[in-house]
Amino acid sequence: MLSRHTPVALGGAALLLAAVTACSPVDEKEPTSTSSAAPAQTCDPASLKTLAAGKLTIGTDNPAYEPWFSENKPDNGKGYESAVAYQVAERLGYQKSDVVWTQVTFNNAIAPGPKAFDIDVNQFSITDERRAAVDFSSPYYLVRQTVITTKKSKIAGAKSLADLKDAKLGAQVGTTSYQAITDLIKPTTDPAVFNNNDDAKKALENGTVDGIVVDLPTAFYMTAAELEDGVIVGQLPQVGVPEQFGIVLDKGSPLTGCVSRAVDQLRQDGTLAVLEKTWLADSAGAPELQ
Amino acid sequence: MSHTPSTRQQERIAYRRGRAVRSVLLAAASTAVVGTALTVGITGAPGWERVKESFFDPETAVEYLPAILEGLWLNVKLLVVCATLALALGLFIAVLRTLRGPVFFPVRAMATTYTYSFRGLPLIIVIYLFAFGIPGLRLQGTPDVLWLGAAAIIVTYGAYLAEVFRAGIESVHPSQIAAARSLGLSYRQAMRHVVLPQAVRRVAPPLLNDTVALQKDVGLISLAGPVDAIRAAQIGVAESADFTPYVVAGVLFVLLALPLVAVTDWVTLRAARRQNAGS
Repeated sequence: MLSRHTPVALGGAALLLAAVTACSPVDEKEPTSTSSAAPAQTCDPASLKTLAAGKLTIGTDNPAYEPWFSENKPDNGKGYESAVAYQVAERLGYQKSDVVWTQVTFNNAIAPGPKAFDIDVNQFSITDERRAAVDFSSPYYLVRQTVITTKKSKIAGAKSLADLKDAKLGAQVGTTSYQAITDLIKPTTDPAVFNNNDDAKKALENGTVDGIVVDLPTAFYMTAAELEDGVIVGQLPQVGVPEQFGIVLDKGSPLTGCVSRAVDQLRQDGTLAVLEKTWLADSAGAPELQ
Repeated sequence: MSHTPSTRQQERIAYRRGRAVRSVLLAAASTAVVGTALTVGITGAPGWERVKESFFDPETAVEYLPAILEGLWLNVKLLVVCATLALALGLFIAVLRTLRGPVFFPVRAMATTYTYSFRGLPLIIVIYLFAFGIPGLRLQGTPDVLWLGAAAIIVTYGAYLAEVFRAGIESVHPSQIAAARSLGLSYRQAMRHVVLPQAVRRVAPPLLNDTVALQKDVGLISLAGPVDAIRAAQIGVAESADFTPYVVAGVLFVLLALPLVAVTDWVTLRAARRQNAGS
């Protein structure tokens, strides 16, 4: 004789089985790769289809921050991104006077829809999500990891990686910043690992850690706007898979191939390295740590 | 002369044995059905191969095991220190809450406020306040964040344990104190020799249960910066893009909890037996 609970139990087991199989996710398809292989095309003002014929319209946000721009004047050619933009324009065959700057907010630039610019430089990290809405050129900047601290800290005057050996350093968990500590600096004290950069920054303010590692754009922002007496100790050599900044173009823009080729040339002939040294390392006070 | 059960009694025994065998068989059958359903359901799912790769990858497990074990050692040390101090704090607060007499009102009020606040405050917030707030005061001799984080765990769990202890103390019948006092013991002596031993014994299972909970929560210390087992696993997950390190850490935590859980069960069983010894 079966107890009166038995049918319930068996029914429950059957339901469970049904639920487990019914709810099984359908295998999603592999995302189709968006190949941006540009066909061989001539890149000169006569053949490029820009917004205004013979002119190159470049967008960026207002205010345009140091050290990517200078004095909020993108058209003065100073600051890393302004300099890169003019170099790209030159490679495409535009005179300095053919460059027109236009103001586009960060979010508008990467939103789908018609664009008010031919190209846009505004510290855009290249991501697959953004690729769905816009085109990116080849990267013109690989984000570098940077040690920052406060004036009172013992590592404020550090000049080399060796000077950081005895420091208590911190970084956000799972980031290239943390990797930079363990792989490059290899300090004698275990690094502190935080949930996010805000926690790391607070620990730095409290003196719980001697310094923290963040990426260079964050370093500029934290030392300039967030930290009292914040100083950049220096940039670390490249490590891990860095974030990359790319020039934004309209989705499917006819210019993408030409702009990417111009950026590739700038990297290959060393122009980007020179500009980086001029605008990010020297004038922005983020020296290289070796 | 040996005792022989009556025929009626032998029938009863045989019947009971039959029922027992039937129960075992039924339990086995239903377990087999459910087990097969789960196995077929999970391993038959279209995503199973991928889940197996990203959660149960032996190579990743071996690669990150040393780092996770190193982190776990920190958890174990913290557990011992935090559990001991939290139990002491809880007992102290519970005794303060049960003090009689109008003179002690402020003490009782403070102890009550403490248990109310810290049982309500999420542990994560307490750790943030202690590990990031206290060093911000820039006082001389501020201890290491590790100690501040441990203090946060101790005061939070102290509040829970205090309530458990208080429940135990109040479960001891007032006549016990009356009897002790009539024998000439002072209130303190009565508490120490008569009430507390009985109280602690009665609430031992919930106390141990809270200790098991504390064992997992010491992992929240990683919010303050130190790398414990869970944080080490998190770093492994970020590096390998594979969730296996979390599974490894989870298994280690279960293994760590097993002895304590077993002790809890044993204590509970023993307490129940003693309680029912007369019946």
